[in-house]
Amino acid sequence: MSENAFIPLDVIVGDGHTERVDGPRPTTSLRYRREPLSSPEAQFRALNAVEVKGGPTGTGDFDADLEASGWENLQPSELEIFQINLGKLCNMTCRHCHVDSGPDRTEENMDRETVDACLRAIDRSGAHTVDLTGGAPELNPHFEYLVQACVDRGLHVIDRCNLTILTTRPYQHLPEWFAERNVEVVCSLPHYREFNTDAQRGSGTYRKSIKALHALNEAGYGQGDPDRLLTLVTNPVGAFLAGNQASLEREWKEALDRNHDVTFDRLLALNNMPMSRYLEWLLEKGQTEAYMQRLVNAFNPGTIAGLMCRNTLSVAWDGTLYDCDFNQQLEMTMDLPDGVRPHVDDFNLEDWKQHSIRTARHCYGCTAGAGSGCGGAIEE
Amino acid sequence: MSDSYYKPDHLPRFGEIEEGSPELAKKFFEYYGSVFEDGALTAREKALIALAVSHTVQCPYCIDAYTDDCLEKGADLEQMTEAVHVATAIRGGASLVHGVQMLDQVKEKMM
Repeated sequence: MSENAFIPLDVIVGDGHTERVDGPRPTTSLRYRREPLSSPEAQFRALNAVEVKGGPTGTGDFDADLEASGWENLQPSELEIFQINLGKLCNMTCRHCHVDSGPDRTEENMDRETVDACLRAIDRSGAHTVDLTGGAPELNPHFEYLVQACVDRGLHVIDRCNLTILTTRPYQHLPEWFAERNVEVVCSLPHYREFNTDAQRGSGTYRKSIKALHALNEAGYGQGDPDRLLTLVTNPVGAFLAGNQASLEREWKEALDRNHDVTFDRLLALNNMPMSRYLEWLLEKGQTEAYMQRLVNAFNPGTIAGLMCRNTLSVAWDGTLYDCDFNQQLEMTMDLPDGVRPHVDDFNLEDWKQHSIRTARHCYGCTAGAGSGCGGAIEE
Repeated sequence: MSDSYYKPDHLPRFGEIEEGSPELAKKFFEYYGSVFEDGALTAREKALIALAVSHTVQCPYCIDAYTDDCLEKGADLEQMTEAVHVATAIRGGASLVHGVQMLDQVKEKMM
């Protein structure tokens, strides 16, 4: 395949047959392999079986550590971000994916009815930002309709993009299309060098990602224009925590510009969450206890006020409401007062403001060090 | 008397060294922390230097600590291996350059 050719999108069809395979993959989805760990219950069991000390109470109990830090009841602040996970379908199968996304996840994809219910809820929410994630959100057939409807409402739209999707034939128009609508593009790129990126996201990912970044730069992204924001997201390629965000950003900007003539606006450094495929990798490596201990040792009460679960609503492909995308993948539905059904059809801002946020052990991932969430580090 | 040297649990207990002299430990750890902050060199560059020096002084505690530190600061295996090779080259070169002394002496004493 020539360097300039668009890479065909490979999708696993109904009978499990793969249409096109674009280079070796590091893994397949847990669900596709029928792994027991694909169930949230198994993930909780694995995570809770680990003995950890440290933190404010020395128990490894997140709720107890919250309470000891003065947060007996974790409640929302202001609803600013309406995050919609459009589905689990993805053209990639990254080793650290907390969603267990992949080309085989064709069934969990938001339908038009639920998309319209989201739009009605957005109108009631007062949120200024709509954050679209997946899977690869662009693979949802209603993606462009939803983006356009949010733009028409004057909202800031974020597309959480894996970059490689922009190099596939049906989606190469998106950089220009996004630019015309001032959509912020938040892209995953584990490292500014090929070695680490491909280790986490699959062979050939780095080359395609650079190609996609060039396309975004050509569309006006990453040049300091607030209407063409290009944000990169890095997750550690292994069992360690995200480094200092500001320091990494300086390094990445210099290296990507020097090596590839690529520019971007900001870098978000996120911790990997000990769940789903990253948890599988930790268990395989015998690193689960060490990683959990690292997270607990780094527990920082100063991050709690700025946790994303306090200003973000997370909606799943079927309309169910959650406190964050991590809780969503662990099927910890939102606990609304008076038994209100946690569904986007029934969303009410007052109920949301009064509810208590659900937490569990995986939440140590967001409170470690400078903190971590969809918006990057919480404390600089 | 310890039953073995270099116990892994000594590294996370490093802070306990203050027991014998809190004041000196405080001064040392403050200085140590300042050394590794972003400055004229980035924290990542300093971590790579520390990794190289760790191999030169062959300190297993330091190798453990700065392997993790380099990874957290965004270095990759290739960069870290090059840092170790820098230490190796200097160590090897330090031996080899002494050979000039040997060479001079041989030239003095041989026909």
